[in-house]
Amino acid sequence: MQTNPNFFKSIFNGRNAVIAIPYIWLLLLFLLPFIYVLKISFAETIYARPPYSSLLIWGDSWLPSIKASFDNYLFLFSDSLYIKAYLSSLKIAFISTILTLIIGYSIAYSVARAPTRWRGILLMLVILPFWTSFLIRVYAWIGILKTEGLLNLALMSIGIIEKPLMIMNTDLAVYIGIVYSYLPFMILPLYANLEKMDMSLLEAAADLGCRPFKTFWTVTVPLSLSGIIAGCFLVFIPVMGEFVIPDLLGGSETLMIGKVLWTEFFYNRDWPVASAVAILLLAILVVPIMLYQRSQEKAIS
Amino acid sequence: MKNKLNNLLIAGALTFTAQAVIAEEVVNVLNWSDYIDEQVNTDFTAATGIKVVYDVFDSNEVLEAKLLAGSSGYDVVVPSSSFLARQIEAGVFQKLDKSKLSNIGNMWSDIEEQVAQFGPLNDYSVNYMWGTTGIGYNDGLISERMENAPTTSLAMVFDPDVVSKFADCGVHLLNAPTEIIPAALAYLGEDPRSTDSDVIAKAEAVLTKVRPYIQKFHSSQYIDALANGDICLVVGWSGDIFMAQYAAWDAENGVEIVYSIPDEGALMWFDQLAIPDDAPNADNAHKYINWIMDPEQIATATNYVWYANGNLASQPLLEEDLLNDPAVYPTPEVMEGLYISPTYDSKSQRVVTRTWTKVTTGQ
Repeated sequence: MQTNPNFFKSIFNGRNAVIAIPYIWLLLLFLLPFIYVLKISFAETIYARPPYSSLLIWGDSWLPSIKASFDNYLFLFSDSLYIKAYLSSLKIAFISTILTLIIGYSIAYSVARAPTRWRGILLMLVILPFWTSFLIRVYAWIGILKTEGLLNLALMSIGIIEKPLMIMNTDLAVYIGIVYSYLPFMILPLYANLEKMDMSLLEAAADLGCRPFKTFWTVTVPLSLSGIIAGCFLVFIPVMGEFVIPDLLGGSETLMIGKVLWTEFFYNRDWPVASAVAILLLAILVVPIMLYQRSQEKAIS
Repeated sequence: MKNKLNNLLIAGALTFTAQAVIAEEVVNVLNWSDYIDEQVNTDFTAATGIKVVYDVFDSNEVLEAKLLAGSSGYDVVVPSSSFLARQIEAGVFQKLDKSKLSNIGNMWSDIEEQVAQFGPLNDYSVNYMWGTTGIGYNDGLISERMENAPTTSLAMVFDPDVVSKFADCGVHLLNAPTEIIPAALAYLGEDPRSTDSDVIAKAEAVLTKVRPYIQKFHSSQYIDALANGDICLVVGWSGDIFMAQYAAWDAENGVEIVYSIPDEGALMWFDQLAIPDDAPNADNAHKYINWIMDPEQIATATNYVWYANGNLASQPLLEEDLLNDPAVYPTPEVMEGLYISPTYDSKSQRVVTRTWTKVTTGQ
């Protein structure tokens, strides 16, 4: 059998090699780990290293028999805890996304409308917190929000409140932490979008007698929709699986799926159920991710 | 058994993981956070030329996940007895080569006997330190709210009529179901080591009733919170409460912290030095463990962290108030009432975890 040498040549040309890089990246860092987790989710937990059963059992025949079970997934529906945790995560992610959008939009808008020479510096200030570890920044919030923290001391010293506010260890603290941490992810795509907006459209609206507020709603917001969608998904998707912020700032009753996953993995040592929780989370997120993908494609065309 | 997530997370953010340097003798040690006097490691390197790469962890669960995943890269780890017993069964540890441990004669046979109840632990490990899980409280804040409070009884936290009086000054419980559920059972007079789901349900009833008065379930924040006077009552680990006591004394803030071993009995735990079967430097690991078993070294560590150790020969070298403090080295009578932690199989573990989630989140 002879292979056509041109066949290999056509595969290994420069263009394909460049295109292949992102695919190899995705294959190695997304698809393989995903398949690995998927595999574990069909296994049974055992006490050994690794702590789950093998799916392929090599018997007498030359083909291995497959031993997979859906029990772990069925288990997630047998106890309302898991559904409640998914719903609670959805709620927290949704509310934080809205809050981040409101704050992020006003910041992005003011930066984009600031004099050109200021924009670089203002944008820099948005990115600056990233120079410190995310964890340290969340920790700093404990110092601010706790009963004897900076916020309470300041408010009490100027006489606004008499008793310290109980913010630490509540859902409110979780929202503050999330909005603060994810704000740059909202501001950057919005800024990129608002900054390149055609200002002559706003002038035209003004010339035709449209008031500034109405212009904002009917011209600016619709034109920046792709930025809004990009920012919202960049916030919503990671917040769904957030673990560190609710663990450090939230109370014991803050229920999020990231925490449930942690409990399954570490307390119950049940890697298969933990994997099933992760796969189901991914399934829930596929819908918004696909919507995001479609809106991006639309924006490009 | 200190579940110091906070410290671990900070350490993780600030430090790099263990890294073996070529052509340099190293031993990679993974110990609990705040659990040694650094001098012990510095002197080991000076004496042997072996560099100590020292990492810390915060909970048995996290350590176990690392060990079960394999190739952790550590030579010496310090799991607690009940966890170690299961890990030995899973085959993640190697037997100690006693011929390399010349200091083994220093160990305290009483502690070895206690540890042996978990399984063949003495073949695989030696004791590092041990302690109890008991009640820590702020004397001033408690007596202000209740005269003659039952401070040596678990009623302090498990009797709604009592604990409700302290809700306003802050009550924390360890976020460790395998410690709090046995304590609730001990309060009821049930067998604290029970793994029966019907018995565990009785603990759930107790915990649910007092849940409204508990500010937080956390395993490390209480040290600072107790020392600063932010909270007034906790069920926590002996040495951690002593640490809070010392911090308050050092700060001269007028806070007086007391630790008591409850009359109903307390959980007794043992943190054991062990070598993973895939340790890259098993030989150095033996040298390190032997160094820790040197009476002078372990005494330095105990004088620093205020946990009792399992080394009999080190006792003359300990600070006197420490050795004579019955809260650190309990009297034989108190010792009688202590119980060791239950070893849950995967089914009863799931019951315990689910109970805990129900208690803490209300779901």
